[in-house]
Amino acid sequence: MSEMKKIKNLKDFSTSADRFEGANLLCPGCAHSIIVREVLNATNDDLILAASTGCLEVCTAVYPYTSWDASWIHIGFENGSSAVAGAEAMYKALKTKGRLKQPDRVPKFVAFGGDGATYDIGFQWISGCFERGHNMMYVCLDNEVYANTGGQRSSSTPIGASATTTPAGRVSYGEKRNKKDMMAIMAAHGAPYVAQVAPNKWKDMVAKIQKGFAAEGPVYINAMSACTTEWKFAPEDTISISDLATDSLVFPLYEIINGTQLNITYRPKNIIPVRDYLGAQGRFKHLFTKQYEYLIDEWQTRVDAKWDYLQRREEAGV
Amino acid sequence: MEKKGWDEFEIGAMLRTFDGAVTDIATTLPENRPYSQSSSFTASVADWRIEKPLFNKDYCIDCQFCWVYCPDMSIISRDKKMVGIDFDHCKGCGICVQVCPTNPKSLLMFSEQKDEEAALAEWPKKEKKDQSEEPKED
Repeated sequence: MSEMKKIKNLKDFSTSADRFEGANLLCPGCAHSIIVREVLNATNDDLILAASTGCLEVCTAVYPYTSWDASWIHIGFENGSSAVAGAEAMYKALKTKGRLKQPDRVPKFVAFGGDGATYDIGFQWISGCFERGHNMMYVCLDNEVYANTGGQRSSSTPIGASATTTPAGRVSYGEKRNKKDMMAIMAAHGAPYVAQVAPNKWKDMVAKIQKGFAAEGPVYINAMSACTTEWKFAPEDTISISDLATDSLVFPLYEIINGTQLNITYRPKNIIPVRDYLGAQGRFKHLFTKQYEYLIDEWQTRVDAKWDYLQRREEAGV
Repeated sequence: MEKKGWDEFEIGAMLRTFDGAVTDIATTLPENRPYSQSSSFTASVADWRIEKPLFNKDYCIDCQFCWVYCPDMSIISRDKKMVGIDFDHCKGCGICVQVCPTNPKSLLMFSEQKDEEAALAEWPKKEKKDQSEEPKED
């Protein structure tokens, strides 16, 4: 194994040379590229990357340009994970046969996918990769909607969010089903490391990514990606909305090791009401009318219950 | 650059980010990289901006919040110091201004046409704590 990059503080981190380039076509204020930067800058090793179809893919590989300074594969909606798994299997085979040209350089294998590619379309492929135990990392850029195609709901869209296929109006409050618990599903595969991260907590995120790189086997990272276009907030508020999400515990930051040990990695000093998080976004605007106001209390109850559950699991060490 | 038509590509076409070999890209700063014309680094999204951030180094404490949260790799940091803004790749989202912790802020948004010297001359002074509203440029 090559040595882990030492990142003690933000000044250390800022000496990193980005391997992701500007003039990609992601929206101004998009959290995707903040996450990608924090992942790629967490290591100095060579990278083998793939991105499933989604905002990240279509915006960073627009003919005649590429925004990646590493080996990067343009692949289908469902198989970003399998493409990287294939590259990893090839690497292992060449290593066994002693045919690697630079055997001292150990690359990192990372696949990126949106929540559509992860929770819905690529689910079976990811499950396969985790079952086969490839030594790779899968990063889900979870913006809770199919943002690239115009904001259709995905199985990550939370209750009450207005999406173009679940619009809110007089007869409906928007999305009716709760978000799929992808973290629990991936942990149930027995993966050595599964973690939820948010770009605004960069230190927590970099520590988790490095733990993931150090782990032997498939690693799943669920990264909250606030979407300025579909969550409907001003582009400069990406980080403050992310702060609201982590501090209201809508996106609790935790990790699960070997599927059995859950650790909460961030406990907000002041837990803020979920109402503040919902109120900051246009997609929940209709919840602040008389008709649908009861949903805000339901939201709070659900978030509290989940936080309670996570704390109980952490305490019990399971 | 001369562009190929969609049907002139070979199957499995590959774009090379660099002209020539780069041995260790993770430790090579952008100014030392031999970018090819296929890298989006050589392109510009400057025309996306309505407002641009301007940087006043007098108030900067080099905390690097702007660097880590910039979605477009447009904050240039060298040797742990913030040195400037890459206006070819900045889309003018304003995150750097939002996360700047100094008082007054060392980054502020101005209209795209604003002259830098004029902006620095009229930079707001330190605010008292009870005024939580941040200064806005018309």
